[in-house]
Amino acid sequence: MTNPEAINWSAVIADPRFQKLHRRKITVLWGLMALSVVYYFLLPVGAAYFQEVFRIRVWGVLNVGLLFALSEFVVAWAIAVYYSRVANREFDRLAAEIAADFAKPRAG
Amino acid sequence: MKTGLRKIEVLTVTALLGATAVPAYGEAGAAGAYRWLTFSVFAAVIALTMYITYRAAKRVKSAADFYTAGGGISGLQNGWAIAGDYLSAASFLGIAGLISLYGYDGFMYSVGWLVAYITVLLLIAEPCRNIGKYTLADILAYRNDPKKTRIVGALSVITVSTFYLTAQMVGGGVLVKTLIGIDYEVSVVAVGVLMLSYVLFGGMVATTWVQIVKAILLVVASVVIVMLVWTPYGFSLPAFMQDVVADPKVQARVATLLGDPARNMSAAELGQRFLEPGLYFKAPIDQISLGMALVFGTAGLPHILMRFFTVPTAQAARRSVVWAMVIIGGFYVLTLFLGFGAAKHVGPATIAGVDAGGNMAGPLLAQYIGGGADSFLGNFMLAFVSAVAFATIVAVVAGLVLAAASAMAHDLWVGVVHGGETVPAASQVRAARVATVLVGAMAIAIGIAAKGQNVAVLVGLAFAVAASANFPCVLLTLYWKRCNTTGVVAGMIVGTLAAVGLTLVSPNLTYPKAVRAAAHTVLDAQAAQRASIAAALASGDGDAAAKARTSATALDKAVAKANADIAKVAGQETSFTGLEAPLFTLKNPGLISIPLGFLAVLLGSLLGRDKRSEDMWDEMYARQNTGLLVSRAEGH
Repeated sequence: MTNPEAINWSAVIADPRFQKLHRRKITVLWGLMALSVVYYFLLPVGAAYFQEVFRIRVWGVLNVGLLFALSEFVVAWAIAVYYSRVANREFDRLAAEIAADFAKPRAG
Repeated sequence: MKTGLRKIEVLTVTALLGATAVPAYGEAGAAGAYRWLTFSVFAAVIALTMYITYRAAKRVKSAADFYTAGGGISGLQNGWAIAGDYLSAASFLGIAGLISLYGYDGFMYSVGWLVAYITVLLLIAEPCRNIGKYTLADILAYRNDPKKTRIVGALSVITVSTFYLTAQMVGGGVLVKTLIGIDYEVSVVAVGVLMLSYVLFGGMVATTWVQIVKAILLVVASVVIVMLVWTPYGFSLPAFMQDVVADPKVQARVATLLGDPARNMSAAELGQRFLEPGLYFKAPIDQISLGMALVFGTAGLPHILMRFFTVPTAQAARRSVVWAMVIIGGFYVLTLFLGFGAAKHVGPATIAGVDAGGNMAGPLLAQYIGGGADSFLGNFMLAFVSAVAFATIVAVVAGLVLAAASAMAHDLWVGVVHGGETVPAASQVRAARVATVLVGAMAIAIGIAAKGQNVAVLVGLAFAVAASANFPCVLLTLYWKRCNTTGVVAGMIVGTLAAVGLTLVSPNLTYPKAVRAAAHTVLDAQAAQRASIAAALASGDGDAAAKARTSATALDKAVAKANADIAKVAGQETSFTGLEAPLFTLKNPGLISIPLGFLAVLLGSLLGRDKRSEDMWDEMYARQNTGLLVSRAEGH
């Protein structure tokens, strides 16, 4: 196994590809995180303060509140799938490139 | 003899509550003609898990095998295992129960349990896989002072796991007692011994496979029941829900929950009210606080975090969370049908009569769907769901014990006592097994000691400590360059103390004066209500008389409960923390304790200085993002 001291970590951080990875990750991760938290807390807030809206019947006896709660599942899944796609396509490729350049296993 | 008496109590309660369509549960549960069937199904499930353990035991040689299955679990397998770890009795039986008793609010409650995994997916799973090895404290110790952060990290892990473990052991003991009618103490010992055998011999390999098998059985059982419940409606959601809200049992439940305001509502309005918020959660702020504890706490639960060390790469960790979200989310959607289906077919009053928390909703629905208490299939389905519930408790407890034992053996014994020097592999595994026995014995002892206590609050508390202490420390260690040892130590201490302290002065404890006051209000109003009921009965109006008879039954129940409450707190003046009234109004402390935990890490880091925390930043940040040098177990 490669020794951690054998890798110049500041050089990894300074690498333009790492900087690009870092910036993209910050945007995507925290953006999706904020979206998820806001969308989730709309549910308890709505159930508490907008009960009149939640009561409106939309589809047979199903009301806005019930459909909104179901939409929480769909949104959570969508965020997970979207993130996975971006990570699989973009983040993993950049990370693998950087890792390949800096790891230099065995032969050194 | 004692069991027989209890059975009669259950029967009486069910009869009192007016169970007509569904025969009493107690009989089928254990003493009936189908007792042999229950035991055979239990024996089959237990035998299956023992076989898994036997196979796994051969593969456990190193500490890495014991703690993380040698990192050889695939993303899909780990997704199922996370679901198995997470769908504890509280969420599997509890949420279906809440829906069957309170309708909409129960379903809304389930949402937070899924959304929590977004936090895990985006912020925690992959970095932890890339820089961690066995435990939560590994992450903290990477760039901070290893000794100090391992001590606070391990203590916090043990605290969270013990709270969760106590809730599982006590809840499990009660549940097994209700399900198959064996004594509480015997149930607790059975859960403890079985769990110990998985963990001790099979380590993480056996624990993982038991969780996978249990999650699959749980999903299969739920899918079968939901299909049977939903087929008559041609898989139409509105048609199914229409039938639920039109059910007199559901309407009667809403009338009972609402009390006075229900008098002027029509039957249709009462039924529709079941699909609207506010029957369970009364204070909005409580709900938001609980939501925060769930959404941020899951990412700090040590037994969940530990699962990410069982996969080889960050990609596999990512895949495992996505699979877990599909399984867990899908399961909660099925729970919607289980809960509402149980409300319609079994009836909220009957469910609450067998278990006040509604935990028996799922098993009772299974029995009904299979053909009822007198049919072979009904009893087989009941036995099957019960056996899965039992496997659930044992599997979740196994994961918790493994997390606590790894904190003791890997962090405290190897990391702190031996200063992280290389300890021979054989003695690491021995330490892990000794710690497992210690934690397991403690779990059994606490389970028996806490008999009859209200432990539901402990699950909320475990999430609150995880969200207020573990989560801020892990998150800021991973993402904030300036974070350091002082911050982590301060965050762990402040977060834990804030969550525990606020719970100890919260409305969750029993306050004898308030209990007495509430009971006396009921008793004082009794005379006036009796008079109006008598007047209605004498009026000759058939409708009014029928309503009056319902009110009389409800009043009798309320009076009996008030008297029981007074008897329970007789001779006490204060809560066990010495308070006459709560100092703090939130039931879950998350809203206050999570920001306090974050603040402590921030202030501690800004005030303290630690050269190692700064020097190691580049290495840690590069590794967590690139997966360079990802720790794979030795010899694999």
